[in-house]
Amino acid sequence: MTPLLNWLGTLPGALTQGLIWGIAAIGIYITFKVLDVADLTVDGSIVTGAAVCAFLLSKDVNIWVAILCAFIAGMLSGLVTGFLHTLLGIPVILAGILSQLMLWSANLLILGGSIIALSRFKYADKVLITAESSAQNINVYITIGILLAFCVVIIALLYWFFGTELGMSLRSTGNNLEMSRAQGINTDFTKVLGLALSNGIVALAGSLLAQQQGAANINMGRGAIVIGLAAVIVGEALCAKATANFAVRLIFVVIGAIVYWLVYQTVIFLGLPSELLKMLSALVVAIFLGAPYLKKKYFANNKKKGGAVNA
Amino acid sequence: MLKLSNIHKTFNAETVNEKRVFTGLNLELEDGDFVTIIGGNGAGKSTMLNVIAGAFKPDEGSIEIDGIDVTNMPEHKRAAYIGRVFQDPRMGTASDLWVEENMSIADSRGHRRGLRWAITSKDRERYRELLTQLDLGVENRLTTKMGLLSGGQRQAITLLMAAMKKPKLLLLDEHTAALDPKTAAKVLEITDKVIAENKLTTLMVTHNMRDAIDHGNRLIMMSEGKVVVDVKGEDKKKLTVEQLVNMFSAAGGKELSDKAMLSN
Ligand SMILES: Nc1ncnc2c1ncn2[C@@H]1O[C@H](COP(=O)(O)OP(=O)(O)OP(=O)(O)O)[C@@H](O)[C@H]1O
Ligand SMILES: [Mg+2]
Repeated sequence: MTPLLNWLGTLPGALTQGLIWGIAAIGIYITFKVLDVADLTVDGSIVTGAAVCAFLLSKDVNIWVAILCAFIAGMLSGLVTGFLHTLLGIPVILAGILSQLMLWSANLLILGGSIIALSRFKYADKVLITAESSAQNINVYITIGILLAFCVVIIALLYWFFGTELGMSLRSTGNNLEMSRAQGINTDFTKVLGLALSNGIVALAGSLLAQQQGAANINMGRGAIVIGLAAVIVGEALCAKATANFAVRLIFVVIGAIVYWLVYQTVIFLGLPSELLKMLSALVVAIFLGAPYLKKKYFANNKKKGGAVNA
Repeated sequence: MLKLSNIHKTFNAETVNEKRVFTGLNLELEDGDFVTIIGGNGAGKSTMLNVIAGAFKPDEGSIEIDGIDVTNMPEHKRAAYIGRVFQDPRMGTASDLWVEENMSIADSRGHRRGLRWAITSKDRERYRELLTQLDLGVENRLTTKMGLLSGGQRQAITLLMAAMKKPKLLLLDEHTAALDPKTAAKVLEITDKVIAENKLTTLMVTHNMRDAIDHGNRLIMMSEGKVVVDVKGEDKKKLTVEQLVNMFSAAGGKELSDKAMLSN
C-alpha cells in the first residue's frame, strides 16, 4: 500500500506544476497554433518572468505588482523577437533563438547572479502560492485554487480577445498571410502583437513558477518550449471534438500540461533516472509532431495505390 | 478610376534569372469599367494585378486609384480600395476559420481593427442574407470551416468578401480557372451580378476567350508586358473569338497558350 500512497502524494505537486505550465502552454498555443510559428523566445522569457518577480519580491514590492511587471517584461521580450522578425526579416525561429540568448544576459543581470532564493519564512506572507504544505499560511490546496483561478481568468480574457476584430486579424494572419494582407490586415503588426502577448503569458507563468519553487534560477527555462509544445499537442489529442471552440481548446491545453506532469512524476516515481527525463520529453514531442506527417504520407501512399488500381 | 503610368518591373535584376516583365506599361480605367484581360502565359497579367494591389512594388512608374497616388502605399493600406479574388480557391479565404469569421474579416477592411466584438447577431443576419443571394446553400453553414466548402463555394464567398465594402477596384485573376465548367459558369454569373449591383470598376483576367468577349465593357490583350489590343463598347460586343486570335498575331504577340486557343 505504501508505494501507492507515496504515488498519490505526488499528485498535488503534479497538479500545481501542470497548472503553471498549462498557463505557459496557453502562451505557446498563441504562437504555435494561432500564428503558426514556433517561437523559441519562451525558454528565455519564462525565466525573465521568474527573475523579475523574484527580484521585485526581494525589494519588498507587492506580489500583484511583481506579477504584472513579469507579464510586461515578457511582452517586451516578445516585442524584440517580433521586431527582429518583421523589421529585419530574420526567420522567426532564428529571431527567437537570438532573443533567447539576449534574455540569458538580461536574466543574469536581473537575478544579479544565477539565482534568487525566496526563503520561505521571509516570503511566506508575500507570495500567492507555494509547492509545499510546509509554508506557514498557504497550503497546497489554496495554491491549486489560486492557479485554477488564474487559468480561468486568462482563458476567459483570451476567448474574448480572439473574438474581437483585432483578435480575429491575428487568427487570420496565422491561417492565410496573403489573404490577410489582401483584407487590409497589417500582418507585421499582428505577428508582433501575437509574439508579445504569447511571451507575456509565458512570463506570467514564470512568475508563478518562481513562487512555487521558492526561487528564480537562470536554468529553469531550459526546454520550456518542449514542455509547452507537449502540453499543446497532448491537449489537442485529448480534445476529440474538431468543432470545439477556442476556450475549450485552451482548457484542453491546460489539461495536456497536467497530464504531462502526471506522467513525468510517475516516471520519476517508477525510478527512471532523472538525467533521461528531458530526452524522454523531447522524444514524446517528436513522435507527436511527426505523427500527422506520417499519417498523411501513409494515406497518400494508400490513395496512390488505390488510384493505380482504378486507372 | 485607375491609372498606371510608365510601370517598369524586373524580377531578379542583374542575375541569370533576370525577367523584365514591364518596360513602360500604361493603362487607364474609367469609373465603372469592367475590363477583361487575356494574354499568353507569362504575359504579365498576374504581375500587373499584383503591382496594382501592392504585393509587388514597381521599379519605376506610378499607380493612381481614384486620384490617390498609391505607388508607395503598403499592400494592407491599399486593401481599403481593392477587393481581390485569386485563381486558387484556397488563397482568398482562411481555411481554418469559419465562414462567418472570414466574412467578418472582410467586413473590417478599411477601418482600424479594435476591440469591438467581431460578429454581432446583426452582422450574422447580414452575412446570411448576402450568402443566400449566392444560391449555393451556404447560408446555413456560417459556422462551417471555410476549408470544408467546395472550390466553387469558396470562390463565390471570396467574391462576396471582395465586394462587401464596395471597393474602388475589383481584381479577379482567373478566379474560375480551378473550377469545373458548370461551377465556373455559376461563379461568373455571380461575378456579373455582384459587379453590376455594386457598380464596381473591375479587372478580370481569364484564359477563356469566349468569357472575355461575353463579359465586361472593354477587353485588353497583353503580350510581353504590353497592352497590344484594347477594344471597347460596340466594337467589343461584335468581336468573335476568331477575330481575337487574328488580332493577337497581328499585334506581333507570342503564341497564345494552348489553353486559351482551345477554350472557346
Ligand atoms: N515573384 C516572381 N519572381 C520572379 N519572376 C516572376 C515572379 N512573378 C512573376 N514572374 C515572372 O514574370 C513573368 C510574368 O508572370 P505573370 O504571372 O504576371 O504572367 P501571367 O500573364 O499571369 O501568366 P499566366 O497566364 O501563366 O498566369 C513570368 O515570366 C514569370 O515567370
Ligand atoms: Mg497569372
